[in-house]
Amino acid sequence: MYTSITDKEKKEMLGVIGAASVEELFADIPESIAMKGSLDLPGSLSEMELEAHVGALGSMNRQVAGFIGAGAYDHYIPAAVDQLSGRSEFYTSYTPYQAEVSQGTLIAIFEYQTLVARLTGMDIANASLYDGATAVAESVLMSMRANGRKKVVVSGALHPNYRSVMKTYSWASDRLYHEVPHRAGVTDADLLRESIDDSVACVVVQNPNFFGSLEDIEAIAAAAHSAGAHCIVCVAEPLSLGILKNPGEMGADIVCGEGQGFGNPVGFGGPMLGMLAARKEFMRRIPGRLVGRTLDADGKTAYVLTLQAREQHIRRDRATSNICTNQGLCALRAVIYLCIVGNRLRELARLNHARASYLRRRLLDVGFRKMSDAPYFNEFTVAHERAVSIRKGLLEQGFSFGLPLGDYYPGMEDSLLVCVTEKNTVEQIDLLVSKIQDLVRG
Amino acid sequence: MDVIFKHSEPGKNRYQIPEPGADDYDPIPGKYLSDASPLPDVTEVEVVRHFTNLSGMNYGVDNGMYPLGSCTMKYNPKINERIASIPSFAGIHPMADPEAVQGCLKVLHELAAYLGEITGMVFSLNPAAGSHGELSGAMVVKKYFQDMGQARHVVLVPDTAHGTNPASAAMCGFTVKEVPSNSDGDVDVEKLKEMLDGDVAAMVLTSPNTLGLFDRNLREIADMLHRNGSLFYGDGANLNAIVGKARMAEMGFDIMHINLHKTFSTPHGGGGPGAGPLGVMEALAKYLPVPIVAQGKDGYYLDYDRPDTIGRIHSFYGNFLIALRAYAYIRSLGPGGVRNIAETAVLNANYLLASLKGLYHLPVERRCMHEFVLSDRDMPNGVTTNDISKRILDYGFYSPTVYFPLHIEGAIMIEPTETETKDSLDAFIRVMAEIRREAYEEPEKVKNAPQTTPVKRVDPVIAARRPVLVWEG
Repeated sequence: MYTSITDKEKKEMLGVIGAASVEELFADIPESIAMKGSLDLPGSLSEMELEAHVGALGSMNRQVAGFIGAGAYDHYIPAAVDQLSGRSEFYTSYTPYQAEVSQGTLIAIFEYQTLVARLTGMDIANASLYDGATAVAESVLMSMRANGRKKVVVSGALHPNYRSVMKTYSWASDRLYHEVPHRAGVTDADLLRESIDDSVACVVVQNPNFFGSLEDIEAIAAAAHSAGAHCIVCVAEPLSLGILKNPGEMGADIVCGEGQGFGNPVGFGGPMLGMLAARKEFMRRIPGRLVGRTLDADGKTAYVLTLQAREQHIRRDRATSNICTNQGLCALRAVIYLCIVGNRLRELARLNHARASYLRRRLLDVGFRKMSDAPYFNEFTVAHERAVSIRKGLLEQGFSFGLPLGDYYPGMEDSLLVCVTEKNTVEQIDLLVSKIQDLVRG
Repeated sequence: MDVIFKHSEPGKNRYQIPEPGADDYDPIPGKYLSDASPLPDVTEVEVVRHFTNLSGMNYGVDNGMYPLGSCTMKYNPKINERIASIPSFAGIHPMADPEAVQGCLKVLHELAAYLGEITGMVFSLNPAAGSHGELSGAMVVKKYFQDMGQARHVVLVPDTAHGTNPASAAMCGFTVKEVPSNSDGDVDVEKLKEMLDGDVAAMVLTSPNTLGLFDRNLREIADMLHRNGSLFYGDGANLNAIVGKARMAEMGFDIMHINLHKTFSTPHGGGGPGAGPLGVMEALAKYLPVPIVAQGKDGYYLDYDRPDTIGRIHSFYGNFLIALRAYAYIRSLGPGGVRNIAETAVLNANYLLASLKGLYHLPVERRCMHEFVLSDRDMPNGVTTNDISKRILDYGFYSPTVYFPLHIEGAIMIEPTETETKDSLDAFIRVMAEIRREAYEEPEKVKNAPQTTPVKRVDPVIAARRPVLVWEG
């Protein structure tokens, strides 16, 4: 229990209030509603008991050598990220309404906005959204607010969960959703071009896409722009921005996606970090918090939440979005991560790619088929007629090898989406491949 | 303080990346690559000092009382942070096989059951924030009437509502109409009666409301809505006041969300991440967002086979590590501790109210629940709510929520929470008394506040007039 009013104090306080009992303070709750008995919850645990109990629950999870990405990337987190973001002046504060005692959060978010804008090649970025999926959905709504059109054209190689969320949001907001199938793991540019007309607000494509392949963003952006539509590029693996040409350079108008890979754990899928960046013409339409630079009463530089006239607490039903909080602490972790790793991010990205290419080559050597020859970053799709049983055998030996794609793409039951990060050492990859060889032979 | 970019010099960063140990078998073609260097080039020591010093310019619950009304800034137990960082939870991949994540699924399943016991509803833990829960709730309303074959376009929202309420409804295509409050701070039932017709899909009400008052006509409002075929949405932002004392289901609500970061004490993180589980009455459970954690004969699993669902609303399953903290909080408190939350929160708030109402104008003269609203109406010498809130910072407290709810001019909304000691409440009372004295005798002190903070009063107008949102050197 974390309350600390003693019985003596309670009596004094009730005296000041002029009430005979605490119960009297609840008098406005009608008798018919007031709870009679006690809640049926498990009994209270001491701190030590709680830690043991939760530890036992944790041991029901199996910690494995993981080769799965698919929107959550298990990258190494430098110690400084945990230490600094764990300072309670950061994590026990709230949205920086009182700027004078919130410069720490405000400056960190301003730096985050700067880094996201730079990495994506955009002019501005917001202070974060919930996750990659909702960032895409919000990007589409922002595009529609800007050009007044109601239809979105979506690549079938966008993360299936993101597509599901977009469908939910499109239905809810009475927008039209149109999906263009992929061809051998890349967006079909011809079909895409045919789907775009002047009713289309925007085109959404992921890069690297869900299958791990790099898309021809320049061609897709050109197709979108020729019909006056926006090109939205979604990035689910932010580390790819460390090495690839940024989406802005390739013609994107809005870049959104998942920033978890920057200093945040996979954490069973949440909290994640929704990134949203855009060209400056979207500045007054962007959802979520924005931090801007200003001056204090002495003329000193200071930072403050700004352009709040867009937001729900001022504009209510005419706001750009209903978003209230962001993922402040995850954004803080991302900015610390990016400062610690700095431009070594490129080296780290190269390492991820090299080891992914090494595993892919070894898998092809032991009988896996590649899905395509498209270039990839740290994730790729391969197939094997015994993929399901191989995976099962590996799980028993402590390897979580790839995501089976059959649930997401009917007909792809033999395909696995495999991811390699710096946490997968060459020794671990070799061991994995030797186990696969045993299973293939056996 | 300078931004980190000002320390950047080429070649400073010495962070070591391991050797790949493998050749690149499929080099990425040059046309896909960039050689830009967009990140700061600084040393680890500089990074550590920068963010340590930034933290010193921040104020959190661990620094002192944070009476930010409607945000429930209570103490965040340290053990919950430790629990959320253990690798057997933090390191679990969301796409891993169900048999490898039974611990995570069990936590989610049990937490949903606890929330069900506390409120009387059935829960989906997918929404990542209160506003996200609200949006999903508005989608449930939409889906329900679509299934009923009824075109209802209006969502009613009281003038006391959080801004997210109308914004969430509008995102689902509803027209929002505002219901006025009466002078006692309750919904004006007569006005509501006039507004109810076949076009009203739902009404949203925070309970207790944002004046910190329990609406005395709540059951009557619920009955009126139900007779009209409308749904009643409960914004659970203020659940802290009633947890263990009354259930939202029994108040007549059909749908609600809970802000886990408020009532169940997960840290607010400088503005998130939160979590906003969505609860509905059994009859609406089929509409809940997917997946739902279910229990089968082979253990827990993620159930997607729900044909009437509004659909998926999150990349994965919501903010799991936040849910884990809330789970730990409920387990540490037990049933008595949970009830004690509400009792102590309401006691603390009423003690502050009784002590401050002679000093500041109290727009609605009633006992409160977990929070209450004062105003600057009677302040002399042109001292405003904004001035008072800035002066409070000088005395080492965070400020209450100001200028909300909107229908109270110059509102000052105070929520102490149950984790404040009587000593800190008394210290806050003394500060508020002193600021009132200053307003009469030395008003410039209040109008020029704050003076002791890392920066002086910040000008929001300059920021909005020519927005600078990124550092450009």
